[in-house]
Amino acid sequence: MTDTPLLRVSDLCVSFRTPDGVVRAVDSVSFDVHAGETVGIVGESGSGKSVTANALMRLNFGAQVSTTGSILLDGVDLGSLSEEEMRLRRGRDIAMVFQDPLSALNPFYSVGDQVAEAYRVHHPKARRPEVRDVVVESLGRVGIPEPIKRMQSFPHEFSGGMRQRIVIAMALVNSPRLLIADEPTTALDVTVQAQILELIQRIQQESGTAVLLITHDLGVIAETTERVIVMYGGRVVEEASVESVFEQPTHPYTLGLLGSVRSLDLAGRGSLRAIPGSPPSLIHLPTGCAFRPRCRFELGEGSPCGTTVPTLSVAGHSRSACHLDVTERERLIAGVDG
Amino acid sequence: MLYFILRRAVFAVVLLLAVSLCTYVLFSALPSDPAALTCGKNCTTEVIERNRVRLGYDKPILEQYGLFMEGIVKGRTYGPGEAAVHCPAPALGYSFKRHQCVTALISRSLPVTISVSVGAFVLWMLLGVGLGVLAALKRGRWQDRVATGFSVIGISLPTFFVALLAVLIFTVWWPVLDFPSYTGILANPWKWAKALVLPWSTLAVVSASTYVRMTRNGVIEVMSEEFVRLGLAKGVRRPVLIVKYVLRAALVPIVTIAGLDFAALLGGAVITESVFNLPGVGKLAIEAVVDSDLPVLVATTLVAAAFIVLANAVVDVCYGFLDPRVREG
Repeated sequence: MTDTPLLRVSDLCVSFRTPDGVVRAVDSVSFDVHAGETVGIVGESGSGKSVTANALMRLNFGAQVSTTGSILLDGVDLGSLSEEEMRLRRGRDIAMVFQDPLSALNPFYSVGDQVAEAYRVHHPKARRPEVRDVVVESLGRVGIPEPIKRMQSFPHEFSGGMRQRIVIAMALVNSPRLLIADEPTTALDVTVQAQILELIQRIQQESGTAVLLITHDLGVIAETTERVIVMYGGRVVEEASVESVFEQPTHPYTLGLLGSVRSLDLAGRGSLRAIPGSPPSLIHLPTGCAFRPRCRFELGEGSPCGTTVPTLSVAGHSRSACHLDVTERERLIAGVDG
Repeated sequence: MLYFILRRAVFAVVLLLAVSLCTYVLFSALPSDPAALTCGKNCTTEVIERNRVRLGYDKPILEQYGLFMEGIVKGRTYGPGEAAVHCPAPALGYSFKRHQCVTALISRSLPVTISVSVGAFVLWMLLGVGLGVLAALKRGRWQDRVATGFSVIGISLPTFFVALLAVLIFTVWWPVLDFPSYTGILANPWKWAKALVLPWSTLAVVSASTYVRMTRNGVIEVMSEEFVRLGLAKGVRRPVLIVKYVLRAALVPIVTIAGLDFAALLGGAVITESVFNLPGVGKLAIEAVVDSDLPVLVATTLVAAAFIVLANAVVDVCYGFLDPRVREG
């Protein structure tokens, strides 16, 4: 890891003005992604992970959106760029893979045209044969069989997995420094999910592209990422290496997430343990710790849990945002599965 | 794709035959005796009976229809000997009121209607789609309100009102134009256009309103599609994005409706042609109704139906070109 990270997000806040009030979708989120690294952002729906991803691309638009904080890519603050400067970075420096590959592909153009367009936008002087070679090569690289023939096909003529491969090919055609994959496997069959994750991993290793993988699926995180950022209610609640998160989670929410997955692996030993309650409304976040109403270790009356938003602090190998004393927390968490 | 076009064409022909049969039978079932209508008030039974035989109205209805169809293909001669009248193919009947072959009447009024329709169509599509896109892109701003307001007014006002208002404003209050009198485009293109500006504008204002709303809604809907966001994420320029991604998708359903609206107009812009005194198919049809001129009525109805059927087929084929997803169908 180098000293200056490829991406440094500091104090990112994104809020939306809605008729019901201001939604703070992302609140004081900070994290780094180093060159060539794979970082996962995990959280339930509404935890702010997709809004964070879109903020990195500056794709949250409209008069109702306000974004503050800084996003440094290679030391350049993306927030300070003009729209045109930002456009030139989109798809060239940062590329994105979306959740649903069917709706993400333009149904009116052949997939070859769409990959070609992604390349041409950033290589306006490229000649036809060159573009064609690039398209064939990149479709081949993501595992589209017979790319020369298939590049003339339209999106609806492909299966879901193949479509996602095409979206990935499009994202990688300009060899971006950072690839944001926003729930890239959620819309796919389980067997196809594994193939797509393998593909992302393989490409990451081959090209050295840093990957920011956004998912609600801890299984996906375990398989692919090195470092994990856990988000809840628009805030980062835990940040750790993937091993630490799975071996020694330090936040009650992470523990809850793990519990709801782990019981699946241990068939017969326990039932699926859902986190009680539901994710908070971002308009009316609970005061203090957003996770408090669902937390099994909540400190009760008079504790800071109900009054102060916890900040990230070192806990073992991780950093997490919890008011509980670190050793006490470790004891409690260890006791849960004991 | 070729198979698709072929199938569509065969279907269109079958449909046209069915429509012609229905039209013919329906108009023959009218209580008025077509033969009696061929001569004026002081008519003798002999004349009526002679005309009945001459025009073939004495035969059973299906045979009449057969003769009618034969006439379309081969031309038809009405009556025997000296007094016979020959209408060359495609013969759509003989109008006793006007003492002319119906085909000749239609072919004289069709260019007028086509002139009115094409110009109005171009104008209304430009106006409707243009304002619709503008409203969608400037959603909630004054441009949006102006466009939406225009659309509400256009929808609320009846055609004859807009037409009369246009005449009043542009020929009386602010006389920049003469009251339209139709001139052929070949005879004098300038006078042709000048005579048609008001009818074009009237039809455009009335019809464009629907298109403003459709385009606006379509564009807004497509703008929130994921593939548009991916286009942005690829770094596609905004104008390119709007044309290639947004308009392309938003216009597909509009093309369908536009095709049918255009065809309906070709069948005769009845009100507009009447107000502006344009000798088109619509006016011909209205006069035929007033005069109970059955052959002309049957023919104008058929022409209008033929345009609709044809437009339907063309729209379907266009749809196949526009949307790759329906190509296999």
